[in-house]
Formats: sequence, structure tokens, C-alpha cells
Amino acid sequence: MKQLFVSGHRGCAGCCDAMAAKFTLMGAGEDCIVVSPTGCLEVMTTPFPETSWNVPWIHSLFENAAAVASGIEAALIAMGKKGNTRVVAIGGDGATMDIGLQAISGAFERGHDFTYVCVDNEAYMNTGVQRSSGTPFDASTTTSPVGKVSFGNQRPKKNMPAIIAAHGSPYVATTSLGYAKDMISKVKKATETPGPTYIHCHAPCTTGWGFDTSKTVEIAQMAVKTGLWPLFEMENGEVTKVRKIGKAAPVEDYLKMQSRFKHLFSKEGGAEEIAKIQAIADKNIEYYGL
Amino acid sequence: MKIPIGGVCEPGTTIANKTGGWRTYRPVYDYEKCIKCKLCELLCPDMSVFPKEDGYFQFNYDYCKGCGICANECPKSAITMVLEEK
Amino acid sequence: MTPKGDLKMDKMVVVEGSYAVAHAVKVCRPNVISAYPITPQTHIVEDLAKFIADGEIQNCECINVESEFSALSALVGSSAVGARSYSATTSQGLELMHEVLFNVAGMRLPIVMTVANRAVSAPINIWNDHQDAISQRDTGWIQLYGENIQEVSDMTAQAFKIAEDKDILMPAMVCMDGFILSHVYEPLVMLEQDLTDEFLPSYEPLNILDPKKPLSFGAFADPNYYTEFRYMQQKAMTNALKKIEDAADEFYDLFGRYYGGLIDEYQTEDADIILMAMGSIIGTIKDTIDKLRQKGVKVGLLKVRAFRPFPAEAIRKAVKDAKIVVVLDKNISLGLNEGALFTETKSCLYNTSNHVPVVGYMIGHGGRDIRMSTIENIISEAQEVMKSGIKVESQFTDLREELL
Repeated sequence: MKQLFVSGHRGCAGCCDAMAAKFTLMGAGEDCIVVSPTGCLEVMTTPFPETSWNVPWIHSLFENAAAVASGIEAALIAMGKKGNTRVVAIGGDGATMDIGLQAISGAFERGHDFTYVCVDNEAYMNTGVQRSSGTPFDASTTTSPVGKVSFGNQRPKKNMPAIIAAHGSPYVATTSLGYAKDMISKVKKATETPGPTYIHCHAPCTTGWGFDTSKTVEIAQMAVKTGLWPLFEMENGEVTKVRKIGKAAPVEDYLKMQSRFKHLFSKEGGAEEIAKIQAIADKNIEYYGL
Repeated sequence: MKIPIGGVCEPGTTIANKTGGWRTYRPVYDYEKCIKCKLCELLCPDMSVFPKEDGYFQFNYDYCKGCGICANECPKSAITMVLEEK
Repeated sequence: MTPKGDLKMDKMVVVEGSYAVAHAVKVCRPNVISAYPITPQTHIVEDLAKFIADGEIQNCECINVESEFSALSALVGSSAVGARSYSATTSQGLELMHEVLFNVAGMRLPIVMTVANRAVSAPINIWNDHQDAISQRDTGWIQLYGENIQEVSDMTAQAFKIAEDKDILMPAMVCMDGFILSHVYEPLVMLEQDLTDEFLPSYEPLNILDPKKPLSFGAFADPNYYTEFRYMQQKAMTNALKKIEDAADEFYDLFGRYYGGLIDEYQTEDADIILMAMGSIIGTIKDTIDKLRQKGVKVGLLKVRAFRPFPAEAIRKAVKDAKIVVVLDKNISLGLNEGALFTETKSCLYNTSNHVPVVGYMIGHGGRDIRMSTIENIISEAQEVMKSGIKVESQFTDLREELL
């Protein structure tokens, strides 16, 4: 099979973005045009004059990937070149949930035929691990650092899949790098579904989260097993499929693997904080019937 | 090389950048344990695992950064990470 | 050279400036139109939307985006696919596009955009001046300014031809004074479809986003390459100097209408005083010149059509025999107390043997009416400067001192 995403990129060893790009293209196939906003994935794959992409690819700015995708789709239709070509945007959590949210909302509302894949590693990794609206509760980042009077980020993750679903998207799904085949099949389904579709991929970052480079997949799986990252599909606003997790693992099992949460195990009051995170997982388990 | 107008890049050209030099640990197969499940090939973030004609796999050490995901995820522990000798 | 256009009366119709522009855009056969409504640009996009709704523009998609930022961003995508791409905006909308403007130029995407020039906030003001476009002068966009709706309409086709030329491949703004031109009803010859098809070939991009030939667009350039990217953009701008002249000449050959190339001159041959300006103020200045010429005042006009690329050579040549140059600017660089055309005109004369005095007037901010009497005053002040030298180099015009 032709490699659509090739070696030689400058991603860190164990890079989540590289895996997400690879899985996305395995799902989307060769006949697609990819848009990347600014971020790790863009920088590490396209240092001029090189590119890791074997599909047509464009980067414009940080906050406009969905608008660029809209224009590509419109142009393909106008020029009679649309055929089965799929437009796929792949952006990080900052580009998706923060700075690019308006353009995404516009593109989904207008109903362009494209797929947006959010690779959520829960902070601005490209600029040095600053907090985003994807950063989970109590995670320490460089702009939400743990300190004498702080346990780190004090807000829960923004519920981006629900926001997209509220736009009337025909297909919204969460996935995880811990479940490669799940991601590939969901991307495939998203790209085969007409209209604006959305995949939100949980993507552990070895550098930003503080774990050994070999653990990217294992940690992603643990997030799912605890209920902190539920895997589900939504069609036309309704949850239609959920990945059952059986007996949930305690959130400690996930938190203790990452240095961004290590203060929860050393700082006074940490147990209470962990209980709050457990409550987030418990709520997910109940809500989605995990 | 001349910079093309607008700076477009020819596809798949980071292949010129051999990242194998980043590696500290090298993955090594024990084919006796391998069950050809292809997980190592699927998960490699550097596209450095390739199937051989006999269905087993081999590493492309030109690009393998030694992250160890293949070894960590191998269901049969058929891959060992060995310290690179310089 | 004075306008040599042969405006055939039987072909003339009276329409609103915005309609004339929308019609011109239609005739240029765009593939993607992406715009966000903002006063006084709205009539252009409304008219285009109606054309689309009536099926009058074939092979064209119109995207009703949620912001100007996305309006231009969508065109990054469409232009990269090879679509002839158009937008229109003004003022706050143009300022919101700022980041994308650089991006479009850097990626060498020949998008054409009408700017219905308007003042910028605060205080919010919807009327005309040139602060919006002038603030974007370093973004790498070709900037053309039209004098009346006939010129702006025809300039739209010229802009596509210039922008899409293989030696250029730079985006272009067609600037028209908000309200004064966008909302005025004037007689004009609407851009002719048959002649435009002859004048403007279909856009043939060098590279496109295509799964059959999967190129990457928008890679990052490190210090080893970035300088050369900038140099190449400047070279394209330099190439555009000739192309703008050529496009005007070719347009004249086909359509019989001409408004100047980079610049145009009116009564400059023997002029002691040369006024310089851009946009709709040109008409007022010409009328004033006509009046003063009857009184024997040797005054002429240098109309600047292209602000970017800056026509330094053409300006130097045009003012070589003048005794004073007076530059009227509908913008100000705060902190310098000068308008951009004034600053750049001075700059382009500095290292030459021509030491003609140059004075500047900032005029018409936020739609302040510009009367012939004001232009007359400016010209009589220029006559004083000729006699006794520069006392005030650059100043506001028609300040209401009683409010200060």
C-alpha cells in the first residue's frame, strides 16, 4: 500500500500527531486534500523544501483551517472536480477548540462536505505546553502551572464534540490513539458521510504530558478504560454507538502515568483533587453508559 | 534547487531526512515470538516497520527514532529495545 | 497622457457603482466568491448573490462566510485549487483580514478583492477615506485606486489579468471610495462580456492542490530560505509595474477606454504646481484645475492608480519640471503626521537631483466633504510656498478649529 504519510518528519519519538496523521490518511485514503492549521503537525511535517505528505496538503494559518477547507470544497464543486475527493482538515486542540472555533462553526453551519479531525493532545504543545480549552482539570501546563496555591488547570475540558453535534453534523465521533483501528474506521465513515463530519481524537503527547516515548498508545487506552475519554459516535445529534469499558479502571491508574498530574500524588489535598477527577469519569460512565 | 513560486513542496520528500540518528534504543525482533499481528507496523509513528516477504516484519533503522511503542504494544513481547552502541 | 477613452454613448447605462463592480466581477467569470457583508461594500455582494441566485454566473460557488477572516481564508483554499477567486470588503473587514492578506501574498495566490475604502474605528465611521487599504500596504497586495465607477469596473478585469500573470502571481485590491463611488449612480459602459473573454484568459495556475499530483502548499521556511521568499515577492511586485501599464494599454486596444497605467497625468506638461492624489478626489481636482487654468494658474494633476507597486520612476518623470508638488492623502500615519502617498513621494525624490519642494495635505478623513474651494486654497498655499519656501510640510485640511 502506498505510504500517504512518510518517514523523516521531525516529530518527537513516540509522536501522537504523526500517528494521528497516519491513521487519518489510512481512513481517508488517497483521494483527499488535507488542510492543516499551524501547530506541531504542520511544523514537523513541512520544513521547506520537504513534506511528509503524499496527498495534496495545505497550511495557511492557525485559526482558519475550516475556512480554507470550505474554499477548497467550494472550488472543487464550482470547477466540476469534486468527484469523490474528500477534504480533510487535521488540527490540534488549540487550533480547533480555541482560535479556530469560529471558522469551524461557520464551516459546519454552512454544511460543507468535509471532515474535520481534531488531534487533541490537551495543550499548546508546539509553543511549549501552554493551557488550551482542551486541557483537562488539574493538569499542570506552563500557563496553568501547579503552585503553592494551585493544582494546575482549574477548568474541565470544553465539550467540543457536543458543540459540533449542535451544528447538525451528520456524523461526530470520538476516538483515541489507543485504538488505531477504531480511529481508522471512524475516519473512513466520516469521510464517506456526506456533509460536515467531525472526529475528535484523544492523543497523548510524550513531551507535553511527561511520559516515556513508548507509552503513547498505553496511556491513550488507559484514558478510555477509566471513562475519562469516552469513545462514542453521534449521528445527526444522537449518540448511536458507545465503546463499553466494562469495569472501569480508577483514574489514578491514568493520572500516575503522567508528570503533568504528579502533583496530585505529592501535594497536600491531592486525594481530594483526584476524587474530583474520578467524579468526571463517573459522570461520563453514567452519561454515555460506558 | 530553485524555490518554486509560492514554495510548494514535492510529495513525500522528508524521506531525505534520516531520523535514525535520534535513536538511543534500537528495537530488535525475536521472530520466534512474532505472530505477524502487524500491530508494530500499524502503530509506528515513523513508518519504520515494513513487512518482509515471509510475513514477518523488519525495521528501517534509517528512520526509527527508537520510541519503543512497538515493543511496548507487542502482544507477544517479540520486540526488545536494546541500547544503541555508538 | 489624458484619458483617451472613447465612451460610446449608446452603450452607456446609469447604474450604481456597486452594481457596475458586481457586473464586472460576473463578466470575469469567477469560480469562487467569498465575502462578508460590511457597509459600504454590501451592495456588491448582494448584487453578486442575486446573479448567482438567477443562475447568471456559471461554474461559480458563493460562500456566505461568518467573518472577513474566513472570507479571505476560504479563498486561500479555492485559489490553491485553481479557482478564480474574488472577495470584497472594507475598513474593519479589511483590518480583520490583515493576517490572511500576508498569507495570500506569500503563497502567491492571485485573488482579486474590491475594497470600498472606508475610515477605520475608533470612533466608528462608515464613510470614505483610505486608511483601511493604506494600512495594508506592506501585505504584498497590488493596490489599484479608481477615479470613477467606469474605471473601477474596468480595473476589475485588469486586476485579474495582472494578478494572474505568471510573472506576477500576486493578489490585487481594487480600491474604490466607499459611498462616493460604491453608492453613486453614474453613466458608464458596463464591462463587456465578449471583450472581457478576449482580454482575460482563464486562470492557469502553476500548481494546484490535486490528488493526482499531491503537492504541499504553505510549508514553513526557516532562515535559510525565508529571505529568498521575500525577495521573490518583491521581484513579482517589480514585474507588476510593467504589467499594470501593459494591462491598461491592452485594455485600451480592445475596449477603447483608458485611465492611465501606473499613473495618469492631467495638465502637467507646463505645470508649475502638480497635485497628486488617488481615488474619487481626482474628479474634484480636475474641475478645480480647469477653473484655475482659465485664470492662468499653471497647475496640473498626477493621478496615482497604483499605490503598490509604488510607481516611483513614473512619479519622478512626471514631476521633473514642477516647481512644487502637493500631495493629498486620505490617510495619516499617526506619529509622523503625514499621509502615505506624501511620505513615499518625498522618499522617491530624495536621492535624485530633483529637489522640488513637496508638501502634504491630509484630507477627507471619515468622509469629510472635499470641496473645490478647499483644493483652490491648497493651490494658493502652494503658490506661496513657491515664492517663500515650505513653512508647514504636512498638515490636516479643513480642521474645525472651534471643536479643538
